[in-house]
Amino acid sequence: MQASLLSIAYLIGSVTFIIGLKMLSHPASARKGNLVAAAGMFLAIAGTIFLYEEGGEKLHNYGWIFSGLLIGTVIGVIAARKVKMTAMPEMVSMFNGMGGACAMLISIVEFNHLTHSPVNAVLNDTSVSNLVESIATLITQASTGVHVGGKLLIILLGLIIGTVSFAGSVIAWGKLNGKVKDFAFKGQHIVNLTMLAVIVILATYLVAVINDSYVMVNENGRYFTHGSIGVLPEINIAFYIILALSIAYGVLFVMPIGGADMPVVISLLNSFTGVAAACGGFLYNNPVMLTGGILVGSAGTILTILMCKAMNRSLKNVLIGSFGGPKAGG
Amino acid sequence: MNAVLDFLQLHIEMVYIVILSIFLGIEVISRVPAVLHTPLMSGANAIHGVVIIGAIIVMGKAESDNYLALVLGFLAVILGTLNVVGGFVVTDRMLEMFSKKKSK
Repeated sequence: MQASLLSIAYLIGSVTFIIGLKMLSHPASARKGNLVAAAGMFLAIAGTIFLYEEGGEKLHNYGWIFSGLLIGTVIGVIAARKVKMTAMPEMVSMFNGMGGACAMLISIVEFNHLTHSPVNAVLNDTSVSNLVESIATLITQASTGVHVGGKLLIILLGLIIGTVSFAGSVIAWGKLNGKVKDFAFKGQHIVNLTMLAVIVILATYLVAVINDSYVMVNENGRYFTHGSIGVLPEINIAFYIILALSIAYGVLFVMPIGGADMPVVISLLNSFTGVAAACGGFLYNNPVMLTGGILVGSAGTILTILMCKAMNRSLKNVLIGSFGGPKAGG
Repeated sequence: MNAVLDFLQLHIEMVYIVILSIFLGIEVISRVPAVLHTPLMSGANAIHGVVIIGAIIVMGKAESDNYLALVLGFLAVILGTLNVVGGFVVTDRMLEMFSKKKSK
């Protein structure tokens, strides 16, 4: 009963996002569209708090959740009401960065949860009676291993995209504020591409290692799995290197872009955060996060391209054209 | 590699949702007048604040002695709420200004 009510709340939420976006793109209905989307969001959040359950267990820590919501609401309303009209874009950028940071934190918590999950016990006993049992356990663990690999991939995607969006948005906010100056050095795009490549390689490595650690058969014919993935220190190290590189990439990605092009970049980062939110949707099998995130991801990308067109430039021009230094950024 | 394929197989319905949503997003936005670009960006910004639901789930599932998860989850809830509430309020203010201008 409760679960089906929650599904309906999510369904309504998804539909209001679509209708809201549609109405937002027409001048006459734009303001109402914003309210429609906000109402859907409220419904989805309230539904999650009161109706969500996993394995028959409801959420706890309500005190923390409600105080978090309260603090966020108060700061959000005050910040959004006080900000000057001319400072609106930087405010949007800041809020976008908060969303990216939120996705980043979710990924970090879920990663720690994944690596310390107690499902994998060491099976060293080779006596015949235990062997059958061991193999049965191994098979189930192998299938969880498959699941874990995919889950880790989603966690890493959410982490990388969310972090890049967070770091980039904060820099964009600083630039519009005048606090951060344009900054570019020779060969910066090579450095950026290298960083991106390292991130991808590390992420692939992590997923591969996690998969392997679930089923291992050594030469004595003993079946065993690692006691816990968290035992391997290099996994944690690789994860936090990915985190650090993603921050650095986000900063260096936005740094050289000229101040006048900032709205375009913010719109692009906006769609990044949408994709990061959609990763959360995959992680929790949550349809409203998935539709909301992907919708913003694709609509944001198209919007970015439209904004470039309105300025008579191409996206490539905005992103790469200014890498040459201030003279090309004008 | 197999893991990824199996994961896709397990979540094939979600993959369909993703692909259809991509096309939907493109269709919904494609004919927007230039004046609405910034409010629309801001509105979309508020909508991706839906990531707050993930934060609430993380927070709600954390064991009460797992301080790392509690603190990070708490931060995530605050940041996500900021994104949602701030996003919608800022969008509303932008559009308010816009409609005033039009009526004058």
